[in-house]
Amino acid sequence: METILKISNLHKKYRRVHAVNNVSVEIKKGNVYGILGPNGSGKSTTLGIVLNVVNKTSGEFEWFDGKYSTHDALKKVGAIIERPNFYPYMSAEDNLKLVCKIKNIPYTKVYEKLELVGLLERKDSKFKTFSLGMKQRLAIASALLNDPEILILDEPTNGLDPQGIRQIRDLIKVIANQGTTILLASHLLDEVEKVCSHVIVIRNGVTLYQGTVDGITANEGFFELESENLEQLQTALQHFSQIEKIEKDENKLLVYLKSNLDPAELNSHLFKQNITLTHLVKRKHSLEEQFLELTKH
Amino acid sequence: MIRLLSIELQKNWQNRSSKVLTIIYFLSLTLLATVALIEFEFGPFKVRAAESGFFNFPYIWHFTTYVASWLKIFLAVIIVSMIANEYSYGTLKQNLIDGMSKKEFLLSKVYTIILFSIVSTLLVFIISLILGLKYSSFTEASIIFSDLEYLFAYFLKHVAFFSFCLFLALLIKRSAFTLGFIFVWFIGENAGHAILKYKILGYKQGDKDTVIIDWVKDVLPLESMSNLIVEPFTRLSFVKSVTTTVGATFENNYEVQPINVAIVLFWTILFLFLSFYILKKRDL
Repeated sequence: METILKISNLHKKYRRVHAVNNVSVEIKKGNVYGILGPNGSGKSTTLGIVLNVVNKTSGEFEWFDGKYSTHDALKKVGAIIERPNFYPYMSAEDNLKLVCKIKNIPYTKVYEKLELVGLLERKDSKFKTFSLGMKQRLAIASALLNDPEILILDEPTNGLDPQGIRQIRDLIKVIANQGTTILLASHLLDEVEKVCSHVIVIRNGVTLYQGTVDGITANEGFFELESENLEQLQTALQHFSQIEKIEKDENKLLVYLKSNLDPAELNSHLFKQNITLTHLVKRKHSLEEQFLELTKH
Repeated sequence: MIRLLSIELQKNWQNRSSKVLTIIYFLSLTLLATVALIEFEFGPFKVRAAESGFFNFPYIWHFTTYVASWLKIFLAVIIVSMIANEYSYGTLKQNLIDGMSKKEFLLSKVYTIILFSIVSTLLVFIISLILGLKYSSFTEASIIFSDLEYLFAYFLKHVAFFSFCLFLALLIKRSAFTLGFIFVWFIGENAGHAILKYKILGYKQGDKDTVIIDWVKDVLPLESMSNLIVEPFTRLSFVKSVTTTVGATFENNYEVQPINVAIVLFWTILFLFLSFYILKKRDL
């Protein structure tokens, strides 16, 4: 599979802060990547470096196998960083035309993309008259102007109202379904879980996990059990070698597994031991729980 | 180059205040022509500009380039705000993300500066030519087209001053502070020189310290730019006769000095280089 972006051993040090610490990432064509990390974890700095607005301290990054210089490569990339940046005194249409000039492409896509994000009717309105949601949608239109190889979105739903969040989310899904490679930095985990195929977890500038979403959530899961007598239950559970550890949570037992255990098998064994369960649920950790687990201090 | 210019001109032309300032600037330049109708009072002498020799070729090149260059402050405001706005709107960052290189970004500003300077120089050339043809006592082609180095000096002075503005705006990022700083710098060059020369060193004619301090002042950016075209008024024969009557003498070299051209070129290149350095080094 074609590599779009390759980052190797990237470092960024500000005076006291080591914002990006030895990050290596490879972005392949056609996948949808989520970058997860708490605020201040180095997500935006990493994106800033590959987008030519922040200088790296050391390490390398390479767009499209190094076929183009960074700024020429960026002409094939669509990116939205934090807040939408446009000239407030220009109309939506003129702002997009300016981007066309910068990217050295004809104006042909301007209307199509305005239509896609639902701003065609407001094309002559000045940017400063737009609501935040409209500004963000204009930013997406602008990022899509050149039908980019990859779309980079950094916290695209930050500060939006629920309708705005919904619109942006739907747009991202539409774009992802068209087969565009997407790199989505967000702390809205359910969003990442729904849209992304791959995930990169960063904390304090260090990559903690990198791989498929299934990989991070693929664990054997755990049982929530309740019974009249928890101690008796706990002793009875010693029978199973698949159990990794047992935690007590109020009047529940959380039973973590190292390998697969069928709920029916568990239930029938306990029943033979004269233990009746009042509550039995088999669960898997969501991405959110896994993420909090990974980024825990 | 056309692409970069068209990007920058779109940014400027669609901005109402830049557009208004540009129009005001070029209108004021044109209005200079009406100076011809003004009556000056110089002590007890009344002078009609049109009859005073102001518009004689080749003197008119010196006169109009000197007077017109005061108006460049209008364009300086545009140039400072076109940089400061890129920071405050966050569009510098966006331009880079969209695939402009930092070099291209700076070049688009530099091309615009050069374009403004060329248009301004051309306009001054045309206005002077028209005024001169109307009022000059000499209209032979060889006289008309002598002393054109003033136009070159005018062009260079503008490019240099705007490069200074560009650099400071990139450094300071805020238009009001930048313009304030340029003003303070201007006062500073003169006041600093005066204080050093008269208060601290104690002025004596022909003193070694005085020579050095005068030389240092002449090398400073704004002073060297203003030295490109020295004031033309004391050159006029009627002013000379007036001053001789009151007993003062002026000893000025009115020509464009190659050494000043060299100093100003040095500053221009330095400012542009430093601008690029700041742009390169700074994280956005």
